[in-house]
Amino acid sequence: MIGPFGNTFDALLALQEALEGHLSSDWLRGSTASRGPFPPINVFEQGDNFVAIIELPGMNRNDLEIQAKENTIRIAGRKTASYAEDISIHRRERVAGEFDRTLTLPIQINTERIRAEYRDGVLAIFVPRAESDKPRTIKIS
Amino acid sequence: MATAQELQIKQKQEVEKKEEATIPARTFVPTTDIYEKGDTLYVVMEMPGVDKNNVDVRVEDGILKVEGRLDFSKYEGLQPVYTEYNVGHYRRSFDITSRIDSNKIEAEMEDGVLSLALPMAESAKPRTIRVK
Repeated sequence: MIGPFGNTFDALLALQEALEGHLSSDWLRGSTASRGPFPPINVFEQGDNFVAIIELPGMNRNDLEIQAKENTIRIAGRKTASYAEDISIHRRERVAGEFDRTLTLPIQINTERIRAEYRDGVLAIFVPRAESDKPRTIKIS
Repeated sequence: MATAQELQIKQKQEVEKKEEATIPARTFVPTTDIYEKGDTLYVVMEMPGVDKNNVDVRVEDGILKVEGRLDFSKYEGLQPVYTEYNVGHYRRSFDITSRIDSNKIEAEMEDGVLSLALPMAESAKPRTIRVK
C-alpha cells in the first residue's frame, strides 16, 4: 500500500519506487490487447476495486470513448496536437493520432457503477467489482 | 490492423541533473513542441497530472525554465498491481536565442498541456533587409 504520503520529502520517491516495482510485471500478461501500446496504463488496487490511470494530456473529452463489458475495458480515442498553418516549427515531440486499447481485468466489472474522471490531462477509470464477484462468507449450519 | 498514424509510446526521459535536487525523487522531461509565428515564440509542453497552480515559468539570462509539480495525493491508498509508466515532477529549460520580452509572457494550462507565448522584444524582431 502506498501512503499515507503527508508532506514528507521522500513521499514522491516512495510512490516512484512502488510504481517502478511493478513495471512490466506479468500480472496482466497476455491479457492486454491493443493495436499499439499507446496509451501507457497503470493499474491499481483499491480495496475490492481497481483504478486504471492513463496519461493523455490535451485530449478533447468528446474524442475519448470508454466501454466496459464483463471483465474488459476498452479505451479508444484520438489525440490531437495541431497548430495553425503558417508557423515555423523549431521542435516537434508531441505525438498525435488514434489509439484503441483493451484492458482485461481479473474481476467481473460492475458496469453500472464504473466511472471515469479526466483532470489535468490524466484519465482515471474507477472500476468497481461486480457484487456477484465479491467473496461471500458462508455460514456453517 | 495498423494505421499509418499508430501511436507509439515515448518512454519518459529523466532530467539529467546539473545540480542536485533537494528532494530524493526523479524528475521527468516534458514532451515539448516549439514553434514561431509572427513575432511570438510558442512553447507547448505536456505535463499530465500537473495543476495550473503548480507551474513555475521563468526567463533568466536567456534561459527559459519551466517546472511543473505533480499532485500525487490522488495515489494515496492505491496499491499498484500493473504499471507501464512512472510519474514525477517535470522540469525543462531552453536557451532562448531571441530576446524575449519577459514581462509579456503569457501562460495557459489546460488538460495537462502548458502553452507559453513568448513575445520577442522590439530589438529582436526579424527585419527584412533589402538588397540594394
